[in-house]
Amino acid sequence: MRLLLSGNEAIARGAWEASCHVASAYPGTPSTEILENIAFYKEIKAEWAPNEKVAFEAMLGASIGGARALVAMKHVGLNVAADPLMTSAYTGVNGGFVIISADDPGMHSSQNEQDNRIFARFAKIPLLEPSDSQEAHDFVKLAFEISEKYDTPVIVRTTTRISHAKGIVEVDDRKEVPIREYRKNPEKYTMIPAYARRRHEILENRLETLKNLSNSIEINRIEEGDNEIGIVASGIAYQYAREVFPEATFLKLGMPFPFPDDLFRKFSSMVKKIYVVEELEPFIEEQIRILGFEVTGKEKIPNTGELNPQIVRKALKNEDLQGIPVQKSVKRPPAMCPGCPHLGIFFELKKKRINVMGDIGCYTLAVLPPIESIDTTVDMGFSVSSVHGFNMARGESSAKKSVAVIGDSTFVHSGITGLIDIVYNRGFSTVIILDNHTTAMTGHQPHPATGRTIRGEPTKKLDFVELARAIGVEDIHVVDPHDLKATRKALKEALNYPGPSVIITDRPCVLLPDEWKKLQKNPKKVVDQELCQGDKCGNCFRLGCPAIVWKNGKAFIDPLLCVGCDLCIQTCPFDAIHPEDET
Amino acid sequence: MKSYNVIIAGVGGQGIILASELLALAAMEAGYDVKKSEVHGMSQRGGDVVSHVRFSEKVYSPLIEQGTCDLILAFEKAEALRYLHYLKPGEGVVVMNDLEIIPLPVTAGEDTYPENVEETIRNYANLVVVDAIKRAKELGNPRVANTIMLGVASRFFDIPEDVWIRVISNRVPRKTIEVNRKAFQLGRSIS
Repeated sequence: MRLLLSGNEAIARGAWEASCHVASAYPGTPSTEILENIAFYKEIKAEWAPNEKVAFEAMLGASIGGARALVAMKHVGLNVAADPLMTSAYTGVNGGFVIISADDPGMHSSQNEQDNRIFARFAKIPLLEPSDSQEAHDFVKLAFEISEKYDTPVIVRTTTRISHAKGIVEVDDRKEVPIREYRKNPEKYTMIPAYARRRHEILENRLETLKNLSNSIEINRIEEGDNEIGIVASGIAYQYAREVFPEATFLKLGMPFPFPDDLFRKFSSMVKKIYVVEELEPFIEEQIRILGFEVTGKEKIPNTGELNPQIVRKALKNEDLQGIPVQKSVKRPPAMCPGCPHLGIFFELKKKRINVMGDIGCYTLAVLPPIESIDTTVDMGFSVSSVHGFNMARGESSAKKSVAVIGDSTFVHSGITGLIDIVYNRGFSTVIILDNHTTAMTGHQPHPATGRTIRGEPTKKLDFVELARAIGVEDIHVVDPHDLKATRKALKEALNYPGPSVIITDRPCVLLPDEWKKLQKNPKKVVDQELCQGDKCGNCFRLGCPAIVWKNGKAFIDPLLCVGCDLCIQTCPFDAIHPEDET
Repeated sequence: MKSYNVIIAGVGGQGIILASELLALAAMEAGYDVKKSEVHGMSQRGGDVVSHVRFSEKVYSPLIEQGTCDLILAFEKAEALRYLHYLKPGEGVVVMNDLEIIPLPVTAGEDTYPENVEETIRNYANLVVVDAIKRAKELGNPRVANTIMLGVASRFFDIPEDVWIRVISNRVPRKTIEVNRKAFQLGRSIS
């Protein structure tokens, strides 16, 4: 059967066919749809984990327990899971263990564009790199085989253009593999120094065996063309290079690590000039240079941003097919949604010129005009830990004008330990948990504080108030961020409280179906053009609600965009905004 | 077998992803190899959204190279302009919805909405302007505007009409199959 599948859908399908028994992930673009699709297959126990480290460890545990296990994450998620990754290379596996790392060259939705192929070399575990949906499907199945045969975790690395592009995939049925027997084996699974030393030797020997595999495996192959130019490529870069050099000889690497030295030597003897085409880091190029060969790679191909065929063509052929000049269009930056619950708190933070340590989520958009309220964003959980450090640097008075803002899902992911740090070290910082009852940015995945599992089943709901209290926070406020007065009051009290404070802004994301339906019943809001002071005021505009636009120097609410909340009414000093039915 | 490079462009929430899905499925059903690519994540938040769809005997890159696009299907006028340089010079087609969606930077006075969009496009390409929302309302359902647009674009591809109707019928809500079929055929008759 042939299906049109995205890379992520193909990975899920391949995992199912390979008799994957368990899978876990934390949502993150571009990896999110892998677990969402795996959850459709009832034969696989699928879970959202609080973060990638937990997901990784749960799946390594499942592998040791004998199951075929898969863990999926975005590139920066593997940083969070790097600790178990490095030592899982030592322990090896029992049931097959496959790690999906979905990288984001070009940073379509990420804070950096690190190349996670380097993690494979760092951890010394094999790396597979599909170049389209069919290979994504096939390579996941192959990864489970390699994992079990060679007793190693296997990384399958995709990029945004593999995960999110769709192509035709020839699919198969599931071939059931039983859960393997578990035998106690502390010398393999308990990494005390004495055992770990032995396991390191085993790891190095395994790498040699895997190099033999890399030289002979079908997915590393020479595709013969003319002998003028030979191109080495893996992943999506292979497709771009194929497009630009249809006539060349290719060394197509589906398994770029361990590097197939002998196969490369054979390839190099067949061609006159060698180009290495790869996105981001010179991962393949360096391994070739170690062998003592001269190739053209990163001196021509940029190591920043996402590649595409015209970049490759320009770099290696000095050709440009573009004939029509680039036209001036219009900037259309993503914005927070009309009626977004985050708008209220940022409106107040901006007004008071508070230093805002930001985090990862929709609310990061509050850095852009007209809200411009976020000072920093680095990684998941950074807001909470860093506001403590920031206040350490700037003294106690800094705590009166600095806060951390962090989403509910992100707080569960990495904010809790930061809050413990603040309390333990007698800090004064204020942490605002923007609780919109979902993981909004990645498309509304449930998390532990929603009380729902990946399949929507009810489960224990993590209670932020109880949690903060248990950590030792005494000043806790729960407010509706659509009530600006209450939000303002909570903010003032928390900032002035002589100790750690937590504010929970409690309101569901406007795009959650139940909330959306509820809001639709509200009357839209309109601006009385006579009362509106327009340019002289501009207060409502500073909310950053996309429904509020400027027409002829006055505020105007787009009825198609307005969701009927009353945030803007509360911002207007002239009572110019009111519900439409009161006109 | 002919080769096609198609860009579908618009604003988050306009249904670009579904439209490109329908085109890709129709191409697959018609026997082409097909790849399509777009970026998820920000699409619900008012940003510009673009999907590349390529179909031919064999497709390698999921991304279309600038200067090689056969047809731009734009659900919004400024979005047609944004990708104009992707078209094959002189022989490209732009099917454009007669709709302007004004973004925040324009209302904030930091950017201006482009003027004379149609004239600019006509300098470089064959332009078909479609008043899709009005036409859809005439059919009794403003939501089928995208299907009308697809219908207009469909005339430029070698994909049989019955394949289109089958693919659309499989993908739209059951109650709207008939109005979507009408919308598609209406679009297909516009020149």
